[in-house]
Amino acid sequence: MSLSVNHLLGIRGLQRQDIELIFQTADQFKEVLQRPIKKVPTLRDTTIVNLFFENSTRTRISFELAEKRLGADVVNFSASGSSVSKGETLIDTVNNILSMKVDMVVMRHSATGAPHFLSKHIDVPIVNAGDGINEHPTQALLDAFSIRERLGSVTGKKVAICGDIMHSRVALSNIYCLKELGAEVTVVGPPTLIPKYMESALGVNVSYNIGEALEWCDVANVLRIQLERQNTPLFSSLREYSLSYGVNRELLDSLKKEIVIMHPGPINRGVELSSDVADSGHSIILNQVENGVAVRMAVLYLLAGKKAE
Amino acid sequence: MKTILNDTQVAITVDRLCHQLIENHLDFSQTVLIGLQPRGIFLSERIYRTLQKLLPGVQIHYGKLDITFYRDDFNKGSQLHVPNETAIDFSIENKRVVLIDDVLYTGRTTRSALDAMLDFGRPSAVELLVLIDRRFTRQLPIQADYTGRTIDAVMSEKVKVRWAERDGADEVVIE
Repeated sequence: MSLSVNHLLGIRGLQRQDIELIFQTADQFKEVLQRPIKKVPTLRDTTIVNLFFENSTRTRISFELAEKRLGADVVNFSASGSSVSKGETLIDTVNNILSMKVDMVVMRHSATGAPHFLSKHIDVPIVNAGDGINEHPTQALLDAFSIRERLGSVTGKKVAICGDIMHSRVALSNIYCLKELGAEVTVVGPPTLIPKYMESALGVNVSYNIGEALEWCDVANVLRIQLERQNTPLFSSLREYSLSYGVNRELLDSLKKEIVIMHPGPINRGVELSSDVADSGHSIILNQVENGVAVRMAVLYLLAGKKAE
Repeated sequence: MKTILNDTQVAITVDRLCHQLIENHLDFSQTVLIGLQPRGIFLSERIYRTLQKLLPGVQIHYGKLDITFYRDDFNKGSQLHVPNETAIDFSIENKRVVLIDDVLYTGRTTRSALDAMLDFGRPSAVELLVLIDRRFTRQLPIQADYTGRTIDAVMSEKVKVRWAERDGADEVVIE
């Protein structure tokens, strides 16, 4: 059994059995991570480059740990301080790295579609670690994996994705992933941060009222306000955003049931999520981070094995 | 198709293997049993249950080990293997480990299992128990310490071990 794709460019293009295979594999890697020696030798003949054209803490460390715990050799690249600033093209940069016998590419890029473009020009497996405002597939996989771990299953669960939907690749990948697994999705946020045609294009519900959305859902995935991607102001102030759409203790206490709180990080504490909620028992934010390594190990393992078939 | 062991013979053989284990390990205080995923688990479950019946009140440590991530044919053109559960919730440090698998064939699974097992600690000794030992097919210098039945089968023949839990009846056949 193997994946139906040669690259992980996005959740779009994956089939349900691909996602389930990744989860099934990640379950076993999660056990590996509990062992005294948290490392297996599977990819010891594989070299992986992490190409980060955009900043990252969590995703980059998570990928690097996943690679090292699979026994792979790892090379890190960041755009700042590289020849990119001298005007080298993406394909030239990557081909130069690949000519030094690198077997897989993990890439984050601020341009939407950058990994898709690259996949047409190189023949090693590519894992998209976030491209512009398009997709962040491993984040969606680890989010759904964490929901499955907490609630037993994703199918039939109600998930509210809250906040800056417009600029969020996490939101788009999550929507594809959750819908593929049979969950119901509502996006909630200020009208200026929710693109038009979400209902007809992606089959999700749209709400502008955070209280109603939280009352409806089993899980709330609260997104970060991405000020770095906003050229024109889309809400009047962070304070106003926090008052109208921030998730806090008061709001959770007003609900008739308990819900699970998720956040892909980094958190703007006191803006989209208050500290007491982020650190509460409702929150599975750190479980998400922990699961990220196992899920990424599964993706890398399955793509590396696929290449050889 | 030729039957090597029928259900009665499988039961007798499992019983005999258990008695041989007791002969060598007595009260199992320093011994742990580890079944190899996926197919060795059916045999190891039987061995574990039979030992519990033969030694009432004695605590026996029993775990399962998956060797998928330690295979020597990953990326070598073989089919990709989906991993199975590993469950070893005790220390194997300085213990006597008995690895349990259904068929000893090339010896490569056992080699991978030795590697995988060492990531959990350093046992004082390791033994191998198999239901079927296929002679003359070894690709590595590995032998079993406890053998249910030794058979001669050419490489083109398949030895199938069937278990009641999964296949409806216990039997070992050559196809």
